[in-house]
Amino acid sequence: MYFEQKYECMNREDLEQLKLERLQAALTRISRNVPYYRKKFDELGIDPYDFDSLEDLNKLPFTTRSDLALHAPYGLFAVPLREVVRLHGTYGLKGKSIVVGYTINDIHRWSRLSARVLMAGGVTKDDVIQVAYNYGLSTSGFGIHYGAEEMGATVVPASSGNTNRQISIIQDYNVTTLVCIPSYALYLADRLEDMGININALSLRTGLFGEETWTEETRAEIQEKLKITAADNYALSEVMGPGVAGECLERKGMHINEDHFLPEVIDPKTLQPVESGQAGELVLTTLTKEALPLIRFRTGDLTRLVYDPCPCGRTFVRMQRITGRCDDMLIIQGINVFPDQISSILASTEGKMPNYQIVLEREGRLDKATVLVEADVLIPDKVKEQQRFIENIKQRLAMELGVFFDVRLVELGSMLFEGERVVPVVDKRTF
Amino acid sequence: MLVLKNIDVFYGKVHAVKKVSLHVDQGEIVALIGGNGAGKTTLLSTISGLIRAGRGQIVFEGREINRQKPDKIVKSGISQVPERRLVFKPLSVEDNLLLGSYHRYSLGRSASIGRDVEEIFAMFPVLGERRNQPAGTLSGGEQQMLSIGRALMAKPRLLLLDEPGMGLAPAISQMIFRHVSKLRDELGATVLLVEQNARSALKISDRGYVLETGRVIVQGTSKELMQNNDVQRAYLGRDAGESGR
Repeated sequence: MYFEQKYECMNREDLEQLKLERLQAALTRISRNVPYYRKKFDELGIDPYDFDSLEDLNKLPFTTRSDLALHAPYGLFAVPLREVVRLHGTYGLKGKSIVVGYTINDIHRWSRLSARVLMAGGVTKDDVIQVAYNYGLSTSGFGIHYGAEEMGATVVPASSGNTNRQISIIQDYNVTTLVCIPSYALYLADRLEDMGININALSLRTGLFGEETWTEETRAEIQEKLKITAADNYALSEVMGPGVAGECLERKGMHINEDHFLPEVIDPKTLQPVESGQAGELVLTTLTKEALPLIRFRTGDLTRLVYDPCPCGRTFVRMQRITGRCDDMLIIQGINVFPDQISSILASTEGKMPNYQIVLEREGRLDKATVLVEADVLIPDKVKEQQRFIENIKQRLAMELGVFFDVRLVELGSMLFEGERVVPVVDKRTF
Repeated sequence: MLVLKNIDVFYGKVHAVKKVSLHVDQGEIVALIGGNGAGKTTLLSTISGLIRAGRGQIVFEGREINRQKPDKIVKSGISQVPERRLVFKPLSVEDNLLLGSYHRYSLGRSASIGRDVEEIFAMFPVLGERRNQPAGTLSGGEQQMLSIGRALMAKPRLLLLDEPGMGLAPAISQMIFRHVSKLRDELGATVLLVEQNARSALKISDRGYVLETGRVIVQGTSKELMQNNDVQRAYLGRDAGESGR
């Protein structure tokens, strides 16, 4: 099933023309409205009005998360703030906010693209969709929500957390489609089993999962335990949110909505395009975004692109499952966290930088995150003060990063070392 | 159906159209909007071969036409309705129409051309009533109908319409736009429409391109363009700050 067959199944030649038209218009707007890019173009000697081939994409400058953070909140917007109807946000480097704006047209387009992803994943307008993503500054909840409404499905905005409530919604609302992070789907499945609920008596039949790295094994387990078909999708708040790419029922990669996002894969070290089909860092250029257009945004996600025709009829290129990241960004419980953010919270809490180590594990189905902080440097043997210090850090981490961390004071020797150096992140999670 | 890729047009040293790419699909009405001097008419005349593109590619139904002469282009299925109508004023209405099909004319065909004239009169009855009158005596709206009728006589698959509403009373101009919609809905015509009156143009078109100083700055469905704040401010005479969205 297609939501916009005319585009999703467009022949490649027409698609190339459409991409060129949109990129040329976007470059004109960007160079007129965003001083940052205009300066970049000047420095690189690029005349955006002379851009005449998609092949020249790799002559354009990259945009990184730190560029976004550096010019936050509104420095890279291509429209005045009064034309922006929505702001979402995430974190860039050094704990600085990244603010992503949307015009009313951006919101409408986003809805349609998200509807494409839902339909490609097997969701229909007859489905009752429980959105168990967090509704808030992150784009996932709203993105799926608007897409589901756009295609005419029925949305239950359950938001995240409160598992008992989620389970009673699944039962009481006859929910047919579950949307959440994959690890939470497994957690729900376990809880259903613990509670002795007969899965076969539920109406669930499909699920759309994303936001964190997962594997075919996880998919098999989700499908088996929840008796649903599970589809993958790819999104990132900086670019748009759900609607960037989604799997079709062939399950051989996620179709990137190429009429709106130009994908490239580069070698993160040399920054040169890799050979067609090789793995590398995904780079996306937005073609139609009005409020915050991005030229060659480095996602940090490692994948490869497959241009072979897909039996589903969609002509859009497919990206393979994300295999990892080429920067130090961590995805914990579906939320992006940079180790930098944690160290700056630690440093500002105590006034100096302690030795610390981030430990990520799986506790049952879910991510468990712990920060080990070196004990003796910090405080003398005062239990109360230590307790207060720990609580203080826990609270700040939870409030500022949106992730609950356990914080423990330990001796330096109990941390994992690599030579002389404390390993900053120990990721014991298996996906 | 029609694809333009990286079209550059120069008037002497003036770079009037800069790397414009656009496309028109079969059965679409596509609007080209923009202010005075944006390059709209230049682009239209480049498609119909009256002006040569400095660089770039124009492909119509799979064949490159940018090196062809205007008469060849008409024969291949593109007709232009020029700005300010340009009917032959001393000639009768009927003769004006016949001129539109001159390239099809041969002894054997006169009957079929006669039928086509009657079809135009059926479409625009007022022209039928005045078939023997000199075109110069028609009102502005009637001349516009005649100009469109004349272009249709060439049996085009793609109609290029240049400012059909220009200089007409609002009610008459709206009627002309309704006719353009009908051409598509009833005859399956494909139309590329140049218009300063963005609102009327976007109302009847499927998609649009906004030209500013020779560059496309926005493109999209007409619905999207109507909601684009740049378009609203510059071409729909509405201040985005106080617009009801």
